[in-house]
Amino acid sequence: MDTPAVESHRGDRNPSLIRISDFDFSYGDKQALFDINMDIAEHEVTAFIGPSGCGKSTLLRCINRMNDLIESARIDRGKVEVNGLDIYDERVDATELRKRIGMVFQKSNPFPKSIYENVIYGLRIQGINRKSELDETVERCLKGAALWEEVKDRLDTSGLSLSGGQQQRLCIARAMAVGPDVLLMDEPCSALDPVATAKIEELIHELKNDYTIVIVTHNMQQAARVSDRTAFFYMGNLIEMNATDQIFMSPDKEQTEAYISGRFG
Amino acid sequence: MSPSKTVVRESMEKSLFGKSTKSKLVERLVFALFRLGTYFVLLCAATIFVDIVYKGGKTVFRSEFPFLNVEFLSDSPQTLHVFEYQGRKYEMSDSNFRSFRQGIDEPIVTETYAYSGGGIWPCIAGTLLLVAGAMIIAMTLGVLSAIFLSEYSRPGKILNAVRLSILNLAGVPSIVFGIFGMGMFVLAFGWNVSLIAGWFTLALMVLPIIISASEESMRAIPQGMRDASFALGATQWTTIRTNVLPYAMPGILTSSIIGVARVAGETAPIMFTAAYALRDQLPWEGLERWYDLFFQGVMALPYHIYVVSAKIPQNEYTSRMQYGTAFVFLFIVAAIALSSILLRIRMRKKYRW
Repeated sequence: MDTPAVESHRGDRNPSLIRISDFDFSYGDKQALFDINMDIAEHEVTAFIGPSGCGKSTLLRCINRMNDLIESARIDRGKVEVNGLDIYDERVDATELRKRIGMVFQKSNPFPKSIYENVIYGLRIQGINRKSELDETVERCLKGAALWEEVKDRLDTSGLSLSGGQQQRLCIARAMAVGPDVLLMDEPCSALDPVATAKIEELIHELKNDYTIVIVTHNMQQAARVSDRTAFFYMGNLIEMNATDQIFMSPDKEQTEAYISGRFG
Repeated sequence: MSPSKTVVRESMEKSLFGKSTKSKLVERLVFALFRLGTYFVLLCAATIFVDIVYKGGKTVFRSEFPFLNVEFLSDSPQTLHVFEYQGRKYEMSDSNFRSFRQGIDEPIVTETYAYSGGGIWPCIAGTLLLVAGAMIIAMTLGVLSAIFLSEYSRPGKILNAVRLSILNLAGVPSIVFGIFGMGMFVLAFGWNVSLIAGWFTLALMVLPIIISASEESMRAIPQGMRDASFALGATQWTTIRTNVLPYAMPGILTSSIIGVARVAGETAPIMFTAAYALRDQLPWEGLERWYDLFFQGVMALPYHIYVVSAKIPQNEYTSRMQYGTAFVFLFIVAAIALSSILLRIRMRKKYRW
């Protein structure tokens, strides 16, 4: 097992899957991330918290190279490694990377297609069209996303006919269908009501067994409820990363303490 | 001391009920003006429409079976013969007159009116061919450019220049396209007066409309759709093919409706490049090789209206022809537009977000 790059950690820890080291990142002239170092462990839920504009979503989108799509985005220094492989190596095919590192967005964004077609979109674009395989995937992923019971009788209705929470779970099922190892979630509950949020959180608990999960959240209670480890960001810097209990009970840094207790942010 | 309750009530009453009659009057006047403006536009449109339908209908429809003037819709334009024979008055197209005269020995004195007999079938066929070809070319080029502009291009000086030239192209008068088409396609390329020269000229003319509208409808698709597709391992082209183009299609079709109306309606671009005033053969008749189809001129409805209205002596017989042609023309454009609209509605139902 690798030695952690930053911050002491207490207690047992799963082996590191994603390692970010000395990472500087800018949008045009504006530097968004400063010297980020962190390890994200396998089969754990890692939460990124911090006030708006602190860089937590930016870092998340660096892990599956979604920032490639933003023209002015630029890595100034450092590396992101997954399983020890540099994902920004020029030989890396970003589309293959994104199949392995799935993403769920803040605003649920099902395609205006049927529930069935939404789930298997990732397979269809790979040219997989065998009915039995598709059927199996749809059932497995919808069950995995705790949506099967609610939609199994209307798989051919539009994904947009679902409620907000169901749509978000559909997006999770869709991400699962391409068989990723990691799920990145960018504030997946920010547009949902408390009941739908609770369902997603419950789901995250279960998904932990099969996936490594990184979740960005504005909601500190949510971070406390779902995550094993929490990273606190402020103005593009990683202030503190530690076991979630530790962060919320007795943070090392004063800024972390101030944010968590609601004194700013 | 605060003002007494009655004082407050009085001031309130004043402001609530005392609004001057003058401001109310202005309000009414302004609205009347707006309404008048709208009604005037409606009136103009209705007048044109009713006039053409009423007068053209007399040419196109018949009071007895089959209720349609079949000759008008299926024959070529011919000279009209008007004559009296054995006390009866006849109006006949040239070909009918010739066969009628066969069995008769005595000479018949006729008045002849050019272009006033027969029908307009070659013009209908020509216009349909022109519209189909020009729209295929314009939609292909237009959608390709729109994809590039909306999805691939990076903002910068070159893109601004491209946009500016598209905007300018939209402002060029159609006669200029006609002259350009003649210089470029008819003379320089040596295509002569032909369908293909007309297609490219008309396509260039509607290209700006189609590019702008297609780009607009692609940009209207939420970025989230594209992000979701990328995050599932799709390449940019796959994303465009599966998650941009299908949803933009209704918007692209809307632009094509406007395009069809312009392509079908413009006379100036085709008068030097594709249109004949009169041609005996239909476009598909007498072809030696299949691609000769592209290299021949055709008759077209708008040009035919121009010819029968401005190029020949005017009388009651040519007037019938003019209105009949205009009526058929309106009907065809409306029918094409309607089918595009129906297609769009069907697509909208399928893809809605």
